[in-house]
Amino acid sequence: MGEIIEAQGLVKRYGEVTALAGLDLVVSEGSILGLLGPNGAGKTTAVSILATLIEPDEGTAFVAGADVRNHPGDVRKRIGLSGQFAAVDEHLTGFENLDMIGRLYRLGRPHSRKRARELLARFDLTDAGDRPVKTYSGGMRRRLDLAGALVAEPPVLFLDEPTSGLDPRSRIDLWGVIRELVDHGTTLLLTTQYLEEADQLADDIVVIDHGREIAHGTADELKRMVGGERIEVTVAARDDLGRAEAALAHVAVGPIQTYEHTHSLTVPISGGASVLTRALRDLDGAGIEVSDVGLRRPTLDDVFLSLTGHAAEPETAGTGRETAEVGP
Amino acid sequence: MTELAHALQDGAVIAKRNIIKIIRVPEILVFVLLSPIMFVALFAYVFGGSIDIPGGSYREFLIAGILAQTVVFGATFTGAGLADDMQKGIIDRFRSLPMSRAAVLVGRTGSDIIYNALSIAIMAGTGLIVGWRIRTSVGEALLGFALLLLFAYGFSWVMAYVGLLVPSVEVINNASFMVIFPLTFVANTFVPAENLPPVLQTFAEWNPVSAVTQAARELFGNLPPGSPEPTVWPLQNPVLYSILWVGILLAIFVPVSVRQYKRAAKRR
Repeated sequence: MGEIIEAQGLVKRYGEVTALAGLDLVVSEGSILGLLGPNGAGKTTAVSILATLIEPDEGTAFVAGADVRNHPGDVRKRIGLSGQFAAVDEHLTGFENLDMIGRLYRLGRPHSRKRARELLARFDLTDAGDRPVKTYSGGMRRRLDLAGALVAEPPVLFLDEPTSGLDPRSRIDLWGVIRELVDHGTTLLLTTQYLEEADQLADDIVVIDHGREIAHGTADELKRMVGGERIEVTVAARDDLGRAEAALAHVAVGPIQTYEHTHSLTVPISGGASVLTRALRDLDGAGIEVSDVGLRRPTLDDVFLSLTGHAAEPETAGTGRETAEVGP
Repeated sequence: MTELAHALQDGAVIAKRNIIKIIRVPEILVFVLLSPIMFVALFAYVFGGSIDIPGGSYREFLIAGILAQTVVFGATFTGAGLADDMQKGIIDRFRSLPMSRAAVLVGRTGSDIIYNALSIAIMAGTGLIVGWRIRTSVGEALLGFALLLLFAYGFSWVMAYVGLLVPSVEVINNASFMVIFPLTFVANTFVPAENLPPVLQTFAEWNPVSAVTQAARELFGNLPPGSPEPTVWPLQNPVLYSILWVGILLAIFVPVSVRQYKRAAKRR
């Protein structure tokens, strides 16, 4: 597999603010790279540079073989972009929006119209296709926006926080669509501040903060970086805590934490489910009644917290876009 | 050459989109089209009685001036439309497409020709109601309307540039008044330029809006009989001078607007 996106040393400054401080990104053909970071980490700036919306102050980037700085027109022919805020015209119908995009890709009238109908059907918008977009729900707009990015069947797709502000159901629907795209060979660069989203979709994750990479790897690799698995056990009677601790001592690979008020223990382990089974058998053998038990692996949230020292603030719906707007 | 063809082809797609919006949201037209009518009423009935046009009727004198003012004001519509687009996410979509970098501007100024034609028609109709008459041939009258439209097109590009510079639609109205009021009032639009104080008179004589007004008066046959022959070249050759200005405006504002469009990435 070749590298279809290659960026080196991207720097972008806005006055005093450094949005990107030397970011490298490599994405292999047909894979999904998740660019994960909190608000203001530089995710959108990175995508904007790769999608030729803005020029980097320093660094080079090639997308599908074309240089974003010197041949942005060639890049634009090979990419699709779907942004944080649905980039659709709300006075046009869904069909008119897609047809307009098709015409701007110069697909030609019959092809453009046909493609628009196909995409409406694929994104479950056929019924709404001839209604103005302003009557659409948030999820429908996002689907239309994503459809817009696919009009010319680009080999490279940039999705900038595709599901921010969506309800959980719409989000899961959109994930399904995104997975399907990649199954058909599209390369995807996805930015998100939802750790779960990166976990669900991305083959490879680059965590960025303050415009630079702070970690890189698969979801599993990243989780491993912050330590292993642990068993969480809640016992029925508080008096059993001490005995439970003793019973589990031999499976623990580190110090066991006990929490008196919740009757629970956290036991660091190594070995996954088989160790959990053994631990349960030991507890049972010691006659300790267990009210809850679980094997817990670190989430990307834990990863984030340990890497950045702060949590990835989840974005609430309706948070303003990251533009510096002047004026009244 | 292919670049121009692409700009026109893609521009037509954008123009179609703009026109669909006007058809679906006709409310946006109401106020912009009503304000010139208000101006006619204001000048014809309020100020008109106090402004003396020797040998002629003020209303007849007025309409060409209001038509010129209308097309200059109409350019605000171009600026507002672009500022609105720039504020919305759709501009990022356009900028990520392999379309001509001039298309959004070509399309906007193109669809605004229709808007301007509409406002000229409404104004002319209002003029006819208050007593304005065309006293020349059909050919000359059409030439007069064509010249107004041409000037409107040139001025659209000025406000297109302003629309790309301002951060929001609200600002465009204030910004455009700074340009439009002196241009349309320090002119022969509402009062004969001869009545102005010397410095303003010189400005008015060379003001392209005066030339457009003068040309329209000539072509519609609305110059009051016995009005003094213009003493400056622009008003002696108003059609040529107006066309020259359109050429100058386009030569300056087409390239700077396209450059500004390329640069005006949404400020993240």
